[in-house]
Amino acid sequence: MMLLEFARGPAMQIALTVFVFGVCYRLFSLFLLWRTQDSSAGSTRQRPVVVAAAREIIRRLWPQAAYKQRTLFALINGYIFHLGLAIVVFALAPHILFFKDLLGVSWLSLPNNVIYAVAVVTVASMVTSLVLRFALPVLRTISTFDDYFSWLVTFLPVITGLIATSHLGAPYETLLAIHLLSVALLLIWLPFGKLMHFVWVFVTRSQTGVQLSHRGAQL
Amino acid sequence: MSEQKTLGEMLNERGVSRRAFLKYASYTASILALPPGAATAIAQGLASARRQSVIWLSFQECTGCTESITRASGPSIEDLIFDFISLDYHHTLQNASGHAAEQARLTAMEENAGKYIVIVDGSVPLKDDGVYSTIAGMTNLQMLQETVENAFAVIAVGSCAAFGGIPGANPNPTGAVPISQIVTDKPLINISGCPPIPEAMTGTIAYLLSFGTIPELDHLGRPKAFFGETIHDRCYRRPFYERGMFARSFDDEGARQGWCLYELGCKGPVTYNACATLKWNGGVSFPIQSGHGCLGCAEPNFWDMGGFYQPLATATGDSTRWVAGAAVAGAAIGAAAALAARQKRKKILQEG
Repeated sequence: MMLLEFARGPAMQIALTVFVFGVCYRLFSLFLLWRTQDSSAGSTRQRPVVVAAAREIIRRLWPQAAYKQRTLFALINGYIFHLGLAIVVFALAPHILFFKDLLGVSWLSLPNNVIYAVAVVTVASMVTSLVLRFALPVLRTISTFDDYFSWLVTFLPVITGLIATSHLGAPYETLLAIHLLSVALLLIWLPFGKLMHFVWVFVTRSQTGVQLSHRGAQL
Repeated sequence: MSEQKTLGEMLNERGVSRRAFLKYASYTASILALPPGAATAIAQGLASARRQSVIWLSFQECTGCTESITRASGPSIEDLIFDFISLDYHHTLQNASGHAAEQARLTAMEENAGKYIVIVDGSVPLKDDGVYSTIAGMTNLQMLQETVENAFAVIAVGSCAAFGGIPGANPNPTGAVPISQIVTDKPLINISGCPPIPEAMTGTIAYLLSFGTIPELDHLGRPKAFFGETIHDRCYRRPFYERGMFARSFDDEGARQGWCLYELGCKGPVTYNACATLKWNGGVSFPIQSGHGCLGCAEPNFWDMGGFYQPLATATGDSTRWVAGAAVAGAAIGAAAALAARQKRKKILQEG
């Protein structure tokens, strides 16, 4: 019980603090940076900023025909574990209680068995993504510590959550504590590695869209 | 005082039939989760045992544990238990008082040296030389150390004796400690709960009498027969948990329908006890059946686990100030870093 007390108390408190600090630091340090103004006239096909940003976000949701064959599997796999993670994190009743306690808002949950099935698919999908990273030479070459560690800290909460739900190997309170500690680790790492794409993904795509549009690219 | 007749002879004299005795042995074997054959072993063990001297010490406690053990209904199990043991010292139940009471304890210790069982309820205060709880001019620590010296085994009943309980809760003004911190050289059994289930106490005593050994214990020193599974694992409301059907307040439709109480702070998933199976008041009900979540009273530090009505999935402690401070600090340091980069860029441009 001591481990669970630590996980629910100080560990979560520290993790949330580091998470909020890190996200605020990243946001402010980036958005207040000097941005070079493009003083060129811009293409006649230039679209309004919001439209250009939105079109680029939508365009990037699916690969272009030329890349489809090579990237479709990895892309669909990526969708599977991203959606899986979203469902597991936001639709399990105990998770919703966690958010409600933090943010004061709650929403409807899905039955545990549905979440369990989704979590199993998510685990399989994440393992596949790791195998792809090892198996594809180019992907392996460009992978850094950040890629592997980000994968690990995302994978751990899912697998420990599944093990805790299944009561495998240790008393439930120990498994629950390990699950919470893995979430704490994820929260601590999140702002400082590639997982920060949970904030940046649409920011960077918008920026790219606006720049490309300015140059007259067809989006 | 202990008597020289065997329990079998004594019960026979009192008109307790062999059938009733075997029935009791079978019941005891079943609540201890022993195989059916053990009922015979218990019956034989009990019949040939001498009446066991028991000294019950009450320290920083509320007498709830005594209330519990004397409140059992059902087929007069406790009548039998009180025939099996000689309760030589117990503040609430003994007739003697003052010096006579203390003399009874000392006499029992002397006559049954190495054989008697010490049951303790309540925690022991250590702060300020233990002045916060004294009996007959002795601190609880002194009395415990003196009494357990020649004991066969020690049973800590209730969460106060087993884990410090409410007296040991934050800020623990008396420096209360569990019995396990003081008794380190004797067989010790913890039967936690606030209070413990009567059958968990009587069943453990019956096991000691029958087999002369300590039952299998978990990592917290509790008999696995009673503390082997969580309340949640055996809760009749468990299917609602799996289906995500929760009561969200004590008077909503979910509560009326008897749905899971997890969202109302039930600690059943992390509490090991037999409430959901043995139940209370002769098997009538248990807290969850009565519509209230489990408080987790059989677990260490249950009083400081973040609030009885706070769901298990939530973080304990108020992080608001920490998080607000972190947001301000993160924003300030981030802004400073960006401004420093701007200054550097400006300087390079001016120089270049």
